Amino acid sequence: MTDTIEKVSIIVSKGSLEGVYPALIMANGARAEGIEANLFFTFFGLDVVHRSTIDHIKVATVGNPGLHLATMAGGLPGVSTVMTHYLAKKMEKLDIPPIPEFVEMIADTGAGIYACKASVDLFDLTKDDLIDQVMDIITVGEFYAMAGGGQIIFT
Amino acid sequence: MPSTTYAGTSVEVNEEGFFEDPSEWTEAMAPQIAREQGIDELTEPHWQVIKFMRAEYAEKGTGPTVRVLGKTSGVTVKELYQLFPKGPAKMAAKIAGIPKPRGCI
Repeated sequence: MTDTIEKVSIIVSKGSLEGVYPALIMANGARAEGIEANLFFTFFGLDVVHRSTIDHIKVATVGNPGLHLATMAGGLPGVSTVMTHYLAKKMEKLDIPPIPEFVEMIADTGAGIYACKASVDLFDLTKDDLIDQVMDIITVGEFYAMAGGGQIIFT
Repeated sequence: MPSTTYAGTSVEVNEEGFFEDPSEWTEAMAPQIAREQGIDELTEPHWQVIKFMRAEYAEKGTGPTVRVLGKTSGVTVKELYQLFPKGPAKMAAKIAGIPKPRGCI
């Protein structure tokens, strides 16, 4: 128990509920332990910091064997929405905040929230498209500079 | 089990320094525990959080999460991290003499 982690930089590359929550929980948990934390949203992970999609992060019901649902059933219209709603209710009971509230709370803990420049360019976005909590749009080089001396987690 | 002395009274704490028996805690002990955590002076908002932690623990048997603290203690999440930089739920629990909260959120 003598080794400690002082800083984590977490890369979020997925835009699905199950791809996003673990990263948010790890970032928030790091801050709760007094560990410095930065979140870097790239590719479809950008949906989490995009004003028009942050409220619509859904669980993947196709191509997700962990759900134990037949692929054909998972692809039916509305299944993803229903499953997401079901999970949201369970999470609320466990005091796990909805994604928009969680991101705001993580920003309030003092964690850094950044968007990936290559992805922002790829999806033709500007800073105005992103939520206020995004501190900056940064390059991969800037990310590495920021992550220096700490641990990097990719989700 | 290690013991330590706060405000002239010997109390039992665990390896991480959390009180084994929250009933042994008194308000007079808080400033010394806080100093050990790097908080030189307990201000009014610090006390507001500490008292809230004690009340929540007395009622529910466990300390509140940061989310609950931010919503119901009257101190925002942002302020909580300014008051207790090394993690509000953990630090405030230690200073308030209650067990470390074990939640993931």
